[in-house]
Amino acid sequence: MAEPLHALTALGHAAPKTVTIGAVSIIERFDVALASLAIRKGREAEVRALAAKAGLPLPDPARFAAGPSFSAFWVAPDMWFVEADHSTHEDIAGALKPLFGDAASITEQTDAWVRFDLRAEDLQGLLERLSNVDFARAADGFASRTVIEHIGCYLIRHGAGSVTLYGPRSSAASLLHALEVTAHSIA
Amino acid sequence: MIINHPILGPRDAQEFVYLGDAALINRPDGMTAGIEAFHDYLYVRDNPAGEHRELWYHEQGDRSWLVVTRNTVTHEIIKVELARDVAKAAGRTK
Repeated sequence: MAEPLHALTALGHAAPKTVTIGAVSIIERFDVALASLAIRKGREAEVRALAAKAGLPLPDPARFAAGPSFSAFWVAPDMWFVEADHSTHEDIAGALKPLFGDAASITEQTDAWVRFDLRAEDLQGLLERLSNVDFARAADGFASRTVIEHIGCYLIRHGAGSVTLYGPRSSAASLLHALEVTAHSIA
Repeated sequence: MIINHPILGPRDAQEFVYLGDAALINRPDGMTAGIEAFHDYLYVRDNPAGEHRELWYHEQGDRSWLVVTRNTVTHEIIKVELARDVAKAAGRTK
């Protein structure tokens, strides 16, 4: 009998990895579903009304906002990434499409990215070595694309000691290596 | 060099990729405009010492195309606009 198939994490393991180096914890997240939502031409008012009805926030540029079942961060004009709990929204694109019909383009993103949550008392020392984001001056809820060791990532600041990073899944190990090396250098 | 992105505010020029003369937005219709117009579009560029309108792509940011008006002598950036706004203002529909 065939072995049942098990999903692997972006790092190729059965379970997500957590690394603690000095004061910094790097937590791989495997439990968040991700999709992109882009407003189709001329449909902005409609999409905003439907999103409000569904409790899906559509934050301002360079911002993240949390909602009851969906959270979202801005990635480009008229475009957001939407997060949801993987256990209830494994098929997140399938859950979003009926909400918006043909007013928005929804694309599954879950398996294109690796997500690392960073935790420390203050992450400034780590992030100022890795990215050009002015982390100390960014407000909580700041979300931006940035470059970490030549890898294009999305960085979301939830607090001075709490950050979410999304990097390309195919570079998951390289991104983790960059984070680990930098964490060691300040440990 | 800092580019003052119209949506995101001041951003390091390292985040951007330079394409060239903003006249590239005005591509002639290859089927009707004739070979001369297309040749000029493809190969002929002004190279002014002074104010120049350029296309920049925010690759490591929000992936928007910008029209940056820059003085090529002093490197002063005079104006930054979203390329789609520039195209729309010129009567383009896409």
